[in-house]
Amino acid sequence: MTALELLTWARGTGLSLALAICAFGILLRLFEIFSLGRKADLSPPRDASPGSGWRTIVSRSLPPPGLFKRSPVTYIGGYVFHIGFAITLFFFVPHIELVRGLTGLSWPGLPMQVVDISAVAAILALFAVLASRLMNPVKRFLSGFQDYLAWLLTLLPLLTGYLAFHHVVADYTLMLALHVLSVELLLVALPFTKLFHTVSVFVSRWYNGDIFGRKGVAS
Amino acid sequence: MAIDGPTIAEVLRQQGISRRGFLKFCATTASLMALPPSMVPAIAAALQHARRPSVIWLSFQECTGCTESLTRSHSPSIEGLILEQISLDYHHTLQAASGTAAEAAREAAMRENAGKYLLVVDGSIPLGNAGFSTIAGISNLDMLKETAAGAAAVIAVGTCAAYGGIPAAQPNPTGAVPVSAIIKDKPVLNVPGCPPIPVVITGVLAHFLTFGSLPELDALGRPKAFYGESIHDRCYRRPFYDQGKFAETFDDEGARKGWCLFKLGCKGPVTYNACATTKWNQGVSFPIQSGHGCIGCSEPGFWDAGPFYKALSMPIGPAKAAIGAAAVAGLAAGAAVALRNRSAKKSAQAAHQKVTIDDLEKSK
Amino acid sequence: MSATFDRGINAFKEVLDAPIASFFSSCVHCGLCAEACLFYTETGDPKYTPIHKLEPLRRAWQQEYTLLGKLAKLTGLAKAVTDEELAEWGPLVYDSCTLCGRCSMVCPVGNDIAYMVRKMREGMSAAGHAPEGLVTATTRAIQSGSPAGVKWVTVQAQIKRMQAEFGIEIPVNQENADYLVLMSSWEILNYPEYLGAVGRILNQAGATWTLAQDAYEATNSGIQIGASDLARELVGRIVGAAERLKVKCVISPECGHAYTAIRWEGPNLMGRPFGFEVKHILEVLDDLRRAGRLKLKGTLDKPLTYHDPCQISRRGGVYEQPRTLLNQLAPQFKEMADSGVMNWCCGGGGGVSANERAEPLRMTVFKRKKAQIEELGVKTMVTACANCRVVMEEALEHYHMNVEILGLTELVAEHLDEEQ
Repeated sequence: MTALELLTWARGTGLSLALAICAFGILLRLFEIFSLGRKADLSPPRDASPGSGWRTIVSRSLPPPGLFKRSPVTYIGGYVFHIGFAITLFFFVPHIELVRGLTGLSWPGLPMQVVDISAVAAILALFAVLASRLMNPVKRFLSGFQDYLAWLLTLLPLLTGYLAFHHVVADYTLMLALHVLSVELLLVALPFTKLFHTVSVFVSRWYNGDIFGRKGVAS
Repeated sequence: MAIDGPTIAEVLRQQGISRRGFLKFCATTASLMALPPSMVPAIAAALQHARRPSVIWLSFQECTGCTESLTRSHSPSIEGLILEQISLDYHHTLQAASGTAAEAAREAAMRENAGKYLLVVDGSIPLGNAGFSTIAGISNLDMLKETAAGAAAVIAVGTCAAYGGIPAAQPNPTGAVPVSAIIKDKPVLNVPGCPPIPVVITGVLAHFLTFGSLPELDALGRPKAFYGESIHDRCYRRPFYDQGKFAETFDDEGARKGWCLFKLGCKGPVTYNACATTKWNQGVSFPIQSGHGCIGCSEPGFWDAGPFYKALSMPIGPAKAAIGAAAVAGLAAGAAVALRNRSAKKSAQAAHQKVTIDDLEKSK
Repeated sequence: MSATFDRGINAFKEVLDAPIASFFSSCVHCGLCAEACLFYTETGDPKYTPIHKLEPLRRAWQQEYTLLGKLAKLTGLAKAVTDEELAEWGPLVYDSCTLCGRCSMVCPVGNDIAYMVRKMREGMSAAGHAPEGLVTATTRAIQSGSPAGVKWVTVQAQIKRMQAEFGIEIPVNQENADYLVLMSSWEILNYPEYLGAVGRILNQAGATWTLAQDAYEATNSGIQIGASDLARELVGRIVGAAERLKVKCVISPECGHAYTAIRWEGPNLMGRPFGFEVKHILEVLDDLRRAGRLKLKGTLDKPLTYHDPCQISRRGGVYEQPRTLLNQLAPQFKEMADSGVMNWCCGGGGGVSANERAEPLRMTVFKRKKAQIEELGVKTMVTACANCRVVMEEALEHYHMNVEILGLTELVAEHLDEEQ
């Protein structure tokens, strides 16, 4: 199998399979979550607090007072990684083309240099948070195989994408194929590991905002 | 490795090519093949004294595009002349002889230059049924094996001979395979392209004549000198890619301004060939310069690598259908799991025994 | 004596709901909840990381309610939750969590960890892993009406004392009053001035109010221990009295968890909305002030600060009312660095103060509040939760700190303009 044939498989059968497993998994997991139900809260809310869940979905992106100072690596690393990753994912023109190919939606991309810097920043941030995971007593205590697996699965697409873009290690075709394959691994793992937080974070933040909101607390 | 007769230099002189022109050709060849300038005299000397090599050209499942590309020159170039002046002892499209006489010429060339002649092949070889493609009643497979046996080297010209090409496209009805799938005991050099660039052939010939060997090849059997870099990396439109400026359609403002054709399906990033540097028709242009994306014709598998007009990063499989099917399956599995979860929770609630103050400690 | 492991696991299965499933699905092990929890910040021991306290519940969820978790359990890849594990987690769930919910405010994926610990205690208590102190308190609450064993006669004695001290009438079992006044055991035993203060304030405001002989205790050990059946019985006594006496509003006293128990959990435990309102005394004070029925005079002119009880501010939404009152009464009122909904817990809420086993830990984690007080340099702290007050007074004693703690209601009562 040549690199182009590997890439062709990755863009074709591989991607279809990965997206299918990802879609299947996400739906399954959402059903698992929502099927457990939630009893209606019979206590009268303090104020009508419409939208408190939605508000928290947004507001939880900011550090609460005092926490930034206590955990700067987690916050800076987290921000740099998530923003860098998002820019790389959503504003690299070939990625937009992928979305357009799947959904018909498209938007303007950013110059390659910007994407390049974002990807490097995201990669560096990943290593910073890994170091923090290994050194911070709490994170090291909490971490298991899945945490490190999720880290690796997140790093690989960024790394292979960067290497492909810069023609390092292997020729572009092979690196691109490896890049697409690593994304597919990520897609397959997403619903079944902690990477599912990309979906469930909206649910959990909403519940949090709703629970606090009815008590008159903006969380 | 070369038969008697005029040397290449003599032929060129007869055709009115000056020594200056000849040396310039040698220098160009050296640079194209990534050889140091110090090699130019060696090339010149070798070409000057080399006898015209005997070449047997076999055409199998092909479209004659390769022959057209390699032999047709609107103005006589040195490349063209070299091709014309090799001792092309058998080429059933070009030779005057036909039928038994043609085959006799091939057999004679094989006999007289045993172990020294070059075998050039264009077209793929059908393994499905010998009758799919025959010449003079001889199957392509048999003719290839027989002719390759006494060749010094085999040059697979065009993507069909090199990698199977269009005939090998799914579902590959003839069982087409490339030369390298059959010939294992000889050096096989691939000059892919649909069609390939003429100068690559002459460059390879020049190398063969100068050093008596084939040039350095990459993992896909292609001369590295010509196939070492991607079209994308050598493309004059590359700066637009880096700036994020893309033609969205073939007739929009971006297309007129010569912006990058990535979104229109250009396969330049994954295509390794010299088109962007040597160009075609004596350096006039190449597909991207003419406003069309590269289709990747020199890469193995390009024929089945998805639509030519879909961007390289677009999915080419039945992704949407797969997501749709998976969504249906996910809904079904989700509903099943949800029902199970609900009944499990209900039975837990049914199994609830009211907790009294006597139930707060374990029985002792 | 019939708590069993199976009943515990069954309780886990009952309480696991969509919010908890989404919380567990979202956790990325970032460790930020630890930084928000005084049990971690003051000990540095990672086992006190809030989300870790839920590990058995998480595993039960995964193995009971997710496909992959079930498969892992069936194939032996994942070990089932064991009774030993629950026993090991007992101190984490009961001793090192006050249900203060500070972690729930900081979790970047929005996990309400306090909500989950509350639910997990249902299974822990059903499996017999609740700490002895809480079992005793709950048993007493059910049997005698108060976790501290305070009986009505004690209340009566305090009523007499207050009537004598302040010259007010304290109505008992009056029907159709505006307010039913409740107390916590601590107020009955340690701070009976609260009763006098409420009486004077309500009288001045011209409100009608009453105590109920069969429902004077506001606290709810059933919730602390995590036994909803018992919590329902305790809250049901208050609901029964309020409905029998046809009061308009039940006033939760200066006790945080009591407020949560009646105001937020009450209707859910009873399975129906109430026909009366439930308010914390601070809310009532603020209502009266806004209606012009709370006339104050004079100030307490010394540097002081306000300790937000978790269940009243963060988990109850009452954080502006005390500040409005203090700004009026105390010109030198200063805020601690983390205040309002981001306050630090006293260290003894959520049943921790009733759990003798947790006492050394409770003293250790008080270092946080100690540092806050010292940073501000005040010698007076006002609060609105008798449990916070007792816990902090004990700890201040332990650390030989000369800081007085006042109840806000009493402070208000002391500044009533009774001539008007």
